[in-house]
Amino acid sequence: MAFPEPKPRGPELPQKRVKTLDCGQGAVRAVRFNVDGNYCLTCGSDKTLKLWNPLRGTLLRTYSGHGYEVLDAAGSFDNSSLCSGGGDKAVVLWDVASGQVVRKFRGHAGKVNTVQFNEEATVILSGSIDSSIRCWDCRSRRPEPVQTLDEARDGISSVKVSDHEILAGSVDGRVRRYDLRMGQLFSDYVGSPITCTCFSRDGQCTLVSSLDSTLRLLDKDTGELLGEYTGHKNQEYKLDCCLSERDTHVVSCSEDGKVYFWDLVEGSLALALPVGPGVVQSLSYHPQEPCLLTAVGGSVHCWREEAYEAEGGTG
Amino acid sequence: MPLSFSQAPPPDPLVAELGCRGCQSLRGNSYRVWLSLDRFEISQAQTSGERLARPTPSGTCTCSIALVRGGERAEAFWPSDASVARGRDPEGSRMAALDSDSEEDLVSYGTGLEPLEEGERPKKPIPLQDQTVRDEKGRYKRFHGAFSGGFSAGYFNTVGSKEGWTPSSFVSSRQNRADKSVLGPEDFMDEEDLSEFGIAPKAIVTTDDFASKTKDRIREKARQLAAATAPIPGATLLDDLITPAKLSIGFELLRKMGWKEGQGIGPRVKRRPRRQKPDPGVKIYGCALPPGGSEGSEDEDDDYVPENVTFAPKDITPVDFTPKDNVHGLAYKGLDPHQALFGTAGEHFNLFSGGPEGASDLLGEIGVNKGRKLGISGQAFGVGALEEEDDDIYATETLSKYDTILKDEEPGDGLYGWTAPRQYKSQKESEKDLRYIGKILDGFSLASKPLSSKKTYPPPELPRDYRPVHYFRPVVAATSENTHLVQVLSESAGKPMPDPGTHSRHQLNASKRAELLGETPIQGSSTSVLEFLSQKDKERIREMKQATDLKAAQLKARSLAQKASSSRPQPSSPDVGSCSWHMALSGGTAATRASNFKPFAKDPEKQKRYEEFLVHMKRGQKDALERCLDPSMTEWERGRERDEFARAALLYVSSHSTLSSRFTHAKEEDDSDQVEVPRDQENDVNDKQSAVRMKMFGKLTRDTFEWHPDKLLCKRFNVPDPYPDSTLVGLPRVKRDKYSVFNFLTLPETASSPATQAASEKGPQHQESRKPSRWDTSKQEKKEDSISEFLSLARSKVGPPTQESSPLVIKEEEHVTESLSDKSVSKGVDSQTEGEGSRPSMDLFKAIFASSSDEKSSSSEDEQGDSEDDQAGTGEADFKSSQETDSAETSSVARASEPVAQESAPSFPIQKMQIDEREAFGPRLPPVFCPNVRQKLEAPQKEKHKKNKEKHKTKKEHRRRKEKKKKHRKHKHKGKQKNKKPEKSSSSESTDSSDSPSGEEGTVDLSPQELLRRLKSLPLRRQ
Repeated sequence: MAFPEPKPRGPELPQKRVKTLDCGQGAVRAVRFNVDGNYCLTCGSDKTLKLWNPLRGTLLRTYSGHGYEVLDAAGSFDNSSLCSGGGDKAVVLWDVASGQVVRKFRGHAGKVNTVQFNEEATVILSGSIDSSIRCWDCRSRRPEPVQTLDEARDGISSVKVSDHEILAGSVDGRVRRYDLRMGQLFSDYVGSPITCTCFSRDGQCTLVSSLDSTLRLLDKDTGELLGEYTGHKNQEYKLDCCLSERDTHVVSCSEDGKVYFWDLVEGSLALALPVGPGVVQSLSYHPQEPCLLTAVGGSVHCWREEAYEAEGGTG
Repeated sequence: MPLSFSQAPPPDPLVAELGCRGCQSLRGNSYRVWLSLDRFEISQAQTSGERLARPTPSGTCTCSIALVRGGERAEAFWPSDASVARGRDPEGSRMAALDSDSEEDLVSYGTGLEPLEEGERPKKPIPLQDQTVRDEKGRYKRFHGAFSGGFSAGYFNTVGSKEGWTPSSFVSSRQNRADKSVLGPEDFMDEEDLSEFGIAPKAIVTTDDFASKTKDRIREKARQLAAATAPIPGATLLDDLITPAKLSIGFELLRKMGWKEGQGIGPRVKRRPRRQKPDPGVKIYGCALPPGGSEGSEDEDDDYVPENVTFAPKDITPVDFTPKDNVHGLAYKGLDPHQALFGTAGEHFNLFSGGPEGASDLLGEIGVNKGRKLGISGQAFGVGALEEEDDDIYATETLSKYDTILKDEEPGDGLYGWTAPRQYKSQKESEKDLRYIGKILDGFSLASKPLSSKKTYPPPELPRDYRPVHYFRPVVAATSENTHLVQVLSESAGKPMPDPGTHSRHQLNASKRAELLGETPIQGSSTSVLEFLSQKDKERIREMKQATDLKAAQLKARSLAQKASSSRPQPSSPDVGSCSWHMALSGGTAATRASNFKPFAKDPEKQKRYEEFLVHMKRGQKDALERCLDPSMTEWERGRERDEFARAALLYVSSHSTLSSRFTHAKEEDDSDQVEVPRDQENDVNDKQSAVRMKMFGKLTRDTFEWHPDKLLCKRFNVPDPYPDSTLVGLPRVKRDKYSVFNFLTLPETASSPATQAASEKGPQHQESRKPSRWDTSKQEKKEDSISEFLSLARSKVGPPTQESSPLVIKEEEHVTESLSDKSVSKGVDSQTEGEGSRPSMDLFKAIFASSSDEKSSSSEDEQGDSEDDQAGTGEADFKSSQETDSAETSSVARASEPVAQESAPSFPIQKMQIDEREAFGPRLPPVFCPNVRQKLEAPQKEKHKKNKEKHKTKKEHRRRKEKKKKHRKHKHKGKQKNKKPEKSSSSESTDSSDSPSGEEGTVDLSPQELLRRLKSLPLRRQ
């Protein structure tokens, strides 16, 4: 598409509910797309992890083996394995096909808030409320982590990984970016407890949401503030935020049952999508398409743009 | 034998399983049974076809015979009182009872024989020659005949195999080393040998632990035999000599139960009822009792032994009923190696034993008497090879072994039970004394006279002022250096200080004496040039020297005074403290130390300063500390070092002399007094906070550290190691003194005390030392009204001084102010210097600096002066602690908070989980609502719910938050006006080249780069 058609930009945001998954696993603590956006994972408070096809609404597999509720999960780049972390302080590496636990990494002293694979799924990074990030090696059989990043002064709420960086948001109000290539740690002070961080897709900005009901877009290299997004409500809970598939919008959960969309550049509120009665706990944005998954209570909704037509076969 | 089948006679031999419950014979074996009308023969079917057995009914035993024929089974008892031989037959009457005639009375035992196939001919018995015997593995065994070896064994009576006799092949490799196996006799035995009836039966035997003495005796005998037959006779005696001290379990158990050696086993008995003794007044006719035992003592005995005292039973050796199982003659004993080695091992011959043995010399004992040194004696085979004398091979039995005198046996050896127990009534005199003592040892007799009681002397009376604690006073050699110390010590000891004159002559050296005499100390060696000077010259030199000394002293005094007045421009509380310390130090112990004791040896600079300090101290200079400290150090460092020095001086002075003589320096450096701390710390958050408030993200809010990723992590991330040479992982760390308290104090706290005091005298300079709490969530600003706008405008003018954050020294403070203001100027803020502009209203100041002046409150709550906030703070602390305990997911808290939850929202299905959730650190996970239950719940309602739920803590928090909100709002307003501009300017700074217009918002497909560029060029629009 070399020359974009002049097209109204409204319908681009996912605001049509196309599917509702009643997960049946207690509260859905997190919902995550897989790497290509065809499947999604839901982390339940009933100690299970479920793999879905969100568009069809079919449950593909249930992974049980956690000793407490599952708080976060991630899929590997080749969709062959999953990792998850939960309240049982363990990080679990799953085999997707068999549903078996491949490894169980123990070592965190508290709940594991967030887990991520690195690019090649050789390392699992897990952030815990014990204020450490642990890098678990999936290749070797070492039971202890490769490295423990314990610079944070309070619990880690969010970890994101790029090809050579680890971005971590902590409750101590700092966003730390470990650059493996440069061998440096950049610590940006935000002040309020960080609930979620993410890289922009171009890898030049970081989006930071904090408990002062503010999302901030920071320049990755300098730490300067590029934008601030307010209007939603996030004062108590660990809520997710993300950028839309083409970095045009900033998306965030809110405690008032809506999902807020801001124009990234203007900072203006583009859409407040009412999702459900409770707190929107988690969301995940499709990597390529305007498709959004939101988790409210025990169910997950799948949203598409208005113009979306259900493809053949999808119910 | 009345066993029969109904259809008699059965043609074939039956395989019978015979077993007898009573006589244990034939049990478990299968036999073939031939039955005829009047007799039956049983042969062992499986194992020995040829061996015929004819079981004979024995006594009252009831043998049962089960007859099996091709699955058919009959059982019979034998002799059959009510015995039955019965088979389960389709016809039902193939086998009939022996004695019973009606089938109804039959009792069936076991399972019957399989019915014969119709038309099948019953098998004939296998003829004798065809019967084969197999071993356990099914191999045929051939019978050679009872006298020619029995059955064949091995492989055709060889030890080989089909392949021949092959030794085990050598298999060894590096991984699998051949293990040396020590072959025992069992390795060469056949399996039959190890079986129950073989030559080495593997039966269950009691281990040594449980073996009894009798067993030991047998083994001992065996060993004695082995020793006798060994190539070196008596070699095993060494083993006897070196026996492990081990008691059998029985002994130990008995001991545990209270048994002691020498006692008998059994329940404790009461004392035997006393014999009636003759009254002392009664006349005695005939022989009188010997006067040894007095009747009075017996009465005493009665006093000693009340009725309830029990005694252990006598130790009685039971009569050995071991049957004689050999064919030796009575009292035969084999060769006795003991006798061979030690000559008189068994029945020892004592030259000095008097009495009856003396007479036996006449009767025999010639050989023994001659002192046989070596040899084996015994009755077995005559004289041993090693025996020197072979003259007397038969007459080892001597009369000396027999009692030749009629006498009473010793008590205690009682052969009770076998013969009638003997009462040793005749031994009157010894009995009463022996009652408590027991046996009297050989060669001892009871004392006739009682022991005189020992004289005891009372302990000496203690003096009234005696204190039972002794402590050592440090021994300090009185030298010129430490006279002060000696004085102090002696004063503390309560002794008057001996004046220098009373020093013993030997403690003084030449210089001391010179000092006492008031001479000027001679510099250098004794052969000084001065010695060669004339008296007049000396006088002159001395005069000059005195003059210069005086001058120098005056100079020094002046400089001292100056310093004392100027060296401390900011008196601070720790300073004063250390000063008083110092006074005590210099006045009291006068700070003497050995130069070889170096508390700061690791930091030569510091050690130098410390020594300097000591020197000053010795001279009694009050400002010793100030003089020796490095002027380039910061105030904080000075304070710290001051304390350390003072403490070190106190600590090391008193103990060094005794300590240093006892300890040497460690060969290896011990770094245990150091602790690793990260080299770079994320510095103070105060200025960061203000930067955040001003939205000046970037340099102000960013800390950059050197960080070393693990090598493996780099590998896994496909990233070259940024520090290929370093072995560090994580943040670089440095070592600091562990024992210094100052390591663990945070910077702002230490800085607050001197610096703030200094600041307070400077004027209205305040610092905002508001630390962030994690629950501190700033609220959104509301719509600005004109007043707040005005206020913020006004505040921006007093902004710069408020931004000053805890500088250490005034110099630095000023520097910081300058730099800050410089920055702000360069960024284009209309910042004005202090004092300029209109003064804002008073309540504004109050709002900002409400409680920042009271320094006593902890820095985290500086802003919150009122009690409510204190409450909130403590509540928070409580909550934190509870969190910490709860991090291990204790259910107690959840339980405790459950009732609250229930009363608030009983309809929540997953309530408990929510509560658990709330105990987590940091931002919580959202609550779970059942979608259908709470469908129409409104947001404010939910908010209320939440509040209710978190009654015990969140309410406070909310209150606190509200409080904070107020203040926050003001702060924000304050920062606001200023912030927009710096933001703009900084962004324009960073992207000076890009000035693409911002009108192209309509386009959808923007490249990220384009977006970013546009973003940076955009003025920030908020809300």
